[in-house]
Amino acid sequence: MATLILNHLSKAYDGGRAAVNGVSLTVRDGGFLALLGPSGCGKTTLLRMIAGFEQPSDGSIVLGERVISTAEGALPPERRNMAMVFQSYALWPHMTVAQNVGYPLKLRGVKGEKLRRKTMEALDVVRLADLAERRPAALSGGQRQRVALARCLVTSPDVVLLDEPLANLDRHLRAAMEETFRDFHARSGATMIYVTHDQAEAMALATEIAVMSEGRLLQVAAPNEIYARPEGKVVGGLIGQGSILSLPVGAGRERSLDRAACHALLLGEAGGDLRDVLIRPEHVRPAADGIALQVRDCVFTGERHALTLALADGSLLKAYSDERLAPGSMAVFSVERGWSL
Amino acid sequence: MRRLPHANSQPGWLFASVFLVILLLSAVPLGRLAYAGLAATFRSGLPPVLLETGTWRAFANTLSTSVLGMFVSVALGAAFALATSLSDIRRKRLLGFCFMLPMMMPPQITALAWVEMSGPASPLLKTLGIAPPLGTPQPLYSIGGIALLLGVQHAPLVFLAMQAGLAAIPRDVVEAARLSGAAPRRVLRDIVLPLALPGLIAGASIAFVSGVGNFGIPAILGIPASILTLPTLVYSRLASFGSQTFADLAALSLLMAAICAAGLAVQQRALSGRDYRTIGLSGASPVFALGPWRAPVEAGLWLVLLVILAAPFAALVASSLVPAYGVPLTTETVSLRAYGEILFRQSVTVTAFGNSAFLAATAALGLLVLSFATAYLLLHRKGAAMAFLLVLIEIPYALPGIVLAVAFILLFAAPLPGLGFSLYGTIWIILIAYLSSFFAVSLKPVLSAFRQIDPALEEAARLSGAGLGRRMRDILLPIMAPAAGASVVLVFLIACNELTVSALLWSAGTQTLGVAIFNLDDSGSSDLASALSVLVVAMIVALMALLEVLARYLPDGVLPWRR
Repeated sequence: MATLILNHLSKAYDGGRAAVNGVSLTVRDGGFLALLGPSGCGKTTLLRMIAGFEQPSDGSIVLGERVISTAEGALPPERRNMAMVFQSYALWPHMTVAQNVGYPLKLRGVKGEKLRRKTMEALDVVRLADLAERRPAALSGGQRQRVALARCLVTSPDVVLLDEPLANLDRHLRAAMEETFRDFHARSGATMIYVTHDQAEAMALATEIAVMSEGRLLQVAAPNEIYARPEGKVVGGLIGQGSILSLPVGAGRERSLDRAACHALLLGEAGGDLRDVLIRPEHVRPAADGIALQVRDCVFTGERHALTLALADGSLLKAYSDERLAPGSMAVFSVERGWSL
Repeated sequence: MRRLPHANSQPGWLFASVFLVILLLSAVPLGRLAYAGLAATFRSGLPPVLLETGTWRAFANTLSTSVLGMFVSVALGAAFALATSLSDIRRKRLLGFCFMLPMMMPPQITALAWVEMSGPASPLLKTLGIAPPLGTPQPLYSIGGIALLLGVQHAPLVFLAMQAGLAAIPRDVVEAARLSGAAPRRVLRDIVLPLALPGLIAGASIAFVSGVGNFGIPAILGIPASILTLPTLVYSRLASFGSQTFADLAALSLLMAAICAAGLAVQQRALSGRDYRTIGLSGASPVFALGPWRAPVEAGLWLVLLVILAAPFAALVASSLVPAYGVPLTTETVSLRAYGEILFRQSVTVTAFGNSAFLAATAALGLLVLSFATAYLLLHRKGAAMAFLLVLIEIPYALPGIVLAVAFILLFAAPLPGLGFSLYGTIWIILIAYLSSFFAVSLKPVLSAFRQIDPALEEAARLSGAGLGRRMRDILLPIMAPAAGASVVLVFLIACNELTVSALLWSAGTQTLGVAIFNLDDSGSSDLASALSVLVVAMIVALMALLEVLARYLPDGVLPWRR
């Protein structure tokens, strides 16, 4: 198998602005990378360049020892040994489930009993063996998704690409499919690249998250790392729930802020230049001593109450509480941690 | 390493060969026509034909019949479109289907049927005993008669254009007006009719342009009364072949093309500022309850269909069954002689069946291959070249058939360079003109089906390892099969009934069904012409029924009589 390397990859459409701008990225063999970003950030274009449907206007893509895309030319998709789960699943409506899954094998010259056996093995993995003779139209959304996955699995591709595969499924089915994807990754050992705009999905699945915005790559890190130490306002706003406050941070260069530092900042004691500080709601809780803040809003979300608090200058801070607090009242909160962006 | 090909690239030969074929079918003949018209003008001033009073009389006749016909089309088409889209009348589908039938009928058959229905020799009127006395002039042999029939023939075009507009009016727009306090009549006037206006304008202009180019109706109704329109003038000029003929034909054709262009320009003008797309969610269409008026409205619509459809066809059948012209149809006089005559004894009609079947089948299958390649290119390549390609395909279809036929005469009259023989007078010139004229008809279902296919279906096949040929065979062709079928049947249907192009391009032995009907009527054998027409109508209805069966596998808007 092979490592996938993107070198200063750019894609500009005729005359327009760059959809992807100078992205460099290494996906190690067997890794599971989530490409995360708002819609229109260039993540799908990047994925389509990796698949070979689009040609970069600058930079190159290297798979193992081989250059597969440059601005001059690209290895056709049919010769890349990659597989993809499309957002629409792209099941061929005129073929049965078994024919859909077996088609890549057929193109590789596998026939007869071997074709049938390998197809059924792939269908077994996604637990669809008993629907092999159905047409895609007769399947539910989750089942179609699993057929698309089985079609990827059947040829042991070097790289599996997933383009927002859960976007068309309802919430319950998503959780079940996330499980299937994790399982699929562990079992196949394939390098996987997963495009999504849903940060919870990215966190739950990937070993690494790459955040993109406006065609540029902003940060690549493991999920827990990117959650605790996001780089910059865009990443901080995209990953997890959190409030980004513009606060005077004084002379301090320390980015990780403890309780005392947070309180000093929130009370405006430090003075100096304004910096963006990220404070996560789980780090703000009602306490016996701390700082007094006004409760603007209190919404019961099931497992707890989500609070919106107002600072003296009117900026808003999110927090969680086990108890209901009346909107308009003042309460004392402890801010445990903060992160200077 | 080996040089890598460009991503997305189709084989270069595909683009090059498609482009070349389209140039040959469209740009070359039209360029030849424009050159012939303009070169003669530059060399020796305006062609003399443009200075003749006869030409300007034909010009005036063309304009008056087309404009009057357009008003008839608008009245009929709008009434049917409003009733079937917005009211609660019953049997809307059947009403709509019947109303569309005149559009698919060859115009010369429509004209023939109406002539058989009215006038002193009508077998229908004679049988019913209400025929006017012999010697009374046939009322349809007049400007009014031509206009009326053009109106009936092209009313479905207005109907379709308007129905599409009405279907796009979402119910919530009407409901919002009702909640604002407007009564149904007020909603109709203030909301629905203004929104339906663009469709009406578009339909009216298509009806006008189709009227300008129509040959079959003024040929049957106008020539006996010496009322010539531009298409029939071109036809009679070609028949009286002279030294000036080519320059005259080119000049007359350009004149006709100019009228069509002016009509379309007026439409553009009227439509500007009336782009009402994307207004709310289009789900269910609004429906107005007619209450006590429902039964009278239904009766009125069916009565119209009786007059414009059932009665002419009954007259046609009746005149095909009488033994001789002017004899009433009774149980004693009924005879199938005319059918036996055209099917077995007249070599002219037997040849015509063979010619039309060959031309229609070859054009339909050839165009399918071409449409497939073109649609694939159009979807995968963007840019000015592709837009230009689409325009080149649309022009020959939009132009009057007469103009196109003249262009091919000019192109192929001289022997082919280097080969020493001429295509003029052979069946091949008709075939090439058909390919040019019906390309747009064939392309439409294929292209709209291609546009509906999720591009990911092909991309998934590429990633699975399938090359271009393999993808076409395994993925695209099976999915496209219904649309391909519709394309073939539609072209076959239209080509089989075609008269205008072949009327100018035929010669002994290459006559088509349309030409055979026209010639039989012209030589006074109205019984044989009627019998042949009845068979053609039966074939049209059968092919339309076949397409109706295919319809549920087809993208919307592929069948011209369904929206």
